[in-house]
Amino acid sequence: MRLLPCTLNLKLMTEFLQQLGQNTRTSFTKLGRGSFFLLQTLSGTLSVLIRPRLLLNQMYSVGVLSFLIITISGLFVGMVLGLQGYYVLSDFGAEETLGVMVAASLVRELGPVVSALLFAGRAGSALTAEIGLMKATEQLSGMEMMAVDPIKRIITPRFLAGFLSMPLLAALFSAIGVIGGQMVGSGLLGVDDGAYWSQMQANMDFRDDILNGVIKSIVFGFVTSWIALFEGYDAIPTSEGVSRATTRTVVNSAFSILGLDFILTVFMFGDN
Amino acid sequence: MQHTSTQDTFVGLFVASGIVGLFFLALQVSNLSSFTEHDSYTITARFQNSGGLKVKSPVSAAGVKIGRVSAISFDPKTYESVVQLNIDSQYNTLPDDTTASVFTAGLLGEQYVNLEPGGSDDYLKNGGKIEITQSAIILEKALGQFLFKSAEEKK
Repeated sequence: MRLLPCTLNLKLMTEFLQQLGQNTRTSFTKLGRGSFFLLQTLSGTLSVLIRPRLLLNQMYSVGVLSFLIITISGLFVGMVLGLQGYYVLSDFGAEETLGVMVAASLVRELGPVVSALLFAGRAGSALTAEIGLMKATEQLSGMEMMAVDPIKRIITPRFLAGFLSMPLLAALFSAIGVIGGQMVGSGLLGVDDGAYWSQMQANMDFRDDILNGVIKSIVFGFVTSWIALFEGYDAIPTSEGVSRATTRTVVNSAFSILGLDFILTVFMFGDN
Repeated sequence: MQHTSTQDTFVGLFVASGIVGLFFLALQVSNLSSFTEHDSYTITARFQNSGGLKVKSPVSAAGVKIGRVSAISFDPKTYESVVQLNIDSQYNTLPDDTTASVFTAGLLGEQYVNLEPGGSDDYLKNGGKIEITQSAIILEKALGQFLFKSAEEKK
């Protein structure tokens, strides 16, 4: 009788370990498939460059259609930064440094991160749903039957479009945010316009601040497009599978963006 | 799908505005135009104490920025701080008896090197040394001396 709880415990323990091992195995195979998928996608780059029309179409649906949400969010984020920054800085009589605060937080962090999150929600989810539905309706297999490589024809142009659009969108976000901060700061709250710009220009560095922000957005564009396309390509070809894949795209992209942002920040801005 | 030529126009507009955004950040926000490395020459100055001076701190003469601090190191033999100054080569007529001092912009602002030209006819060249220097004023030290002095006077 005394042995029973013990064996039960042992059984639970083995079950738990088995589950853990299974999860590890599936996540590793997924990572492996994802990497293989990425290599295949990248190998199609040249054939896309020969037919830039494919890329242009995707730039339209990935970049141009995200333009509005990015610019409007950038404007509002900049305006809020201007307001909040002014409230804190004016307590110390340092409202002239508002420009530095707005520009530094936008260019270093908020520009790349928030635009990447919006990009994952706006463009990434659409890519996953599109690819997943193509798979569910067997359009991808149909292409293979016609001896057209679906990766080169469908996936690579979308990947390149996301990868190229992301830095442009992040730059737009930061630029419009800085203007929004200026509108609120010097237009509404009475910070001196000249001080706003001159303090900003004196304290922002092109290589340390702006270029690092651009590098961040390039990395985020790469990762977000990869995750979105792979989740779509790897989705279970049912309506439920596609919906789950879309959710996974947004969640995984957000996690990767925030995690990578921390790591990149440590390396880029750690030594000053 | 829209008509392809309108689509092209939109993509073109998008790319152009993205590049304009980047240029705006480079020129208006970080002032890249003044960042471009001019030809410069290096001179060194030794300070007893360089205070809160940092690499990239400005070097100015008569209130005008003429260069940047390029390196700061400690000399273990003389226990001095060795500061290398990168001066724009258009300002190549600094006399060799120029005085260098570490000043603070405002009460709590950043520290910078101020050059006070002397009267010599010889000019500082690349690799030249500034002989006369004045250390940074450490606020705590000055405050301590002041308090000590006023206590002395009261006695």
